[in-house]
Amino acid sequence: MIPIFVFAAVALLGAGLYVGFFVAPTDFQQGEAYRIIFIHVPAAWMSMFLYVVMAFWAGIGLAFNTRLSSMFATAIAPTGAMFTFIALWTGALWGKPMWGTWWVWDARLTSELILFFLYIGFMSLQAAIDDPRRADKAGAIIALVGVVNVPIIYFSVQWWNTLHQGASVSVNQAPAMASTMLTGMLIMVFASWMYSIAVILKRTRVIILERESHTAWVAELHKNGAI
Amino acid sequence: MFMWIIKRDLLLAVRRQADVLTTLFFFIIVVSLFPLSVGPEMNMLRTMAPGVVWVAALLASMLSLGRMFSNDYLDGTLEQMLLSPQSLSLLVLGKAAAHWLVTGVPLVLMAPVLGIQYDLPGEALLVLTAALLLGTPVLSLIGAIGAALTLGLRGGGVLVSLLVLPLYIPVLIFGAGAVEANMSGMEFDAHLSLIGAFLLVSVVFAPWAAASALRVSLE
Repeated sequence: MIPIFVFAAVALLGAGLYVGFFVAPTDFQQGEAYRIIFIHVPAAWMSMFLYVVMAFWAGIGLAFNTRLSSMFATAIAPTGAMFTFIALWTGALWGKPMWGTWWVWDARLTSELILFFLYIGFMSLQAAIDDPRRADKAGAIIALVGVVNVPIIYFSVQWWNTLHQGASVSVNQAPAMASTMLTGMLIMVFASWMYSIAVILKRTRVIILERESHTAWVAELHKNGAI
Repeated sequence: MFMWIIKRDLLLAVRRQADVLTTLFFFIIVVSLFPLSVGPEMNMLRTMAPGVVWVAALLASMLSLGRMFSNDYLDGTLEQMLLSPQSLSLLVLGKAAAHWLVTGVPLVLMAPVLGIQYDLPGEALLVLTAALLLGTPVLSLIGAIGAALTLGLRGGGVLVSLLVLPLYIPVLIFGAGAVEANMSGMEFDAHLSLIGAFLLVSVVFAPWAAASALRVSLE
């Protein structure tokens, strides 16, 4: 399965970047710099979506004591954190030419930053616990608490932002997108999906092998040179 | 059981007053550092005051989280409590309540004095105190989850800050927001109501989550 997703990810990434950088027209207001959204928007979507998926699998692992789903949650976290970081980073790069500043305390930016903290908290909690089963369960609890809190945090930040009369600029870019822009972005979204699936499956496989390293079948695989 | 836990923890706190006082003085020192670092201009201090007091309260409450379960864990009391037929959530609620009485209440009582340092007007002082009174129990309750999860881990103290500080953000926003709203002549009831809502939600869910975390940690 993994090679299929890797292939799909590479192909879609190539196509998406091509459409994004060569086919899509230059935006008349924002110039060339708007092309960052081809990376920024998919990354931001994935960052939020992956957190929910992670909490879901962690919750399943906690409730039904299935080891594989916990391992899956553990495997998702670094990818999610990476996408959050990319979203923040490209957002800053986009903000500089558009708004003239790297960072504004806009509601979305702030909640994305907090999401990044939540990922980091999840990963460092799991890293601090030596016993993998305890790490799974503790991680699951913090992921679930986080997922309950994400909407609260999001709305708090939004209200907070409006209370402060808002930043002078808003992320809600209204202009309807040209269809090639939209196509390019959607292709990039699918590319991120495929990339995430491929990487997460691979990472899950590594985690399984690592945890089962004492078993006979892993030793067998190792002897045959399969891993 | 609930009252018993509170009484016991309070008794322990009275016997070891240094712990309580350390947290309180940490709070006072952090708040007093800000004028020294940004300058004594009163107008600026007045606008900063709610935020500074709240952030300091967050940090002070968080620093003392480590003690919530660790002593009982080390001498085995916690294990006995887990074995007891009483509900573990109730026990955690008692622990959080005791933590609040020991660390939260002194902060609330101290806040008006610190507010005067920052030249807050009288009504804003009242709002600040009310917001802290409602908000600090939420900090103790959410903190209980973090404390339970990091029980007995190396580097637990730093880790707990990573886990709970992002979750504290809504309380911080509305706690400081209430005072700011009052100072700029707006209604502040909505902020206080929201903190009250956070309190109710966390009273229901946090002990439960912390109890499952304790079970995981003591497995």
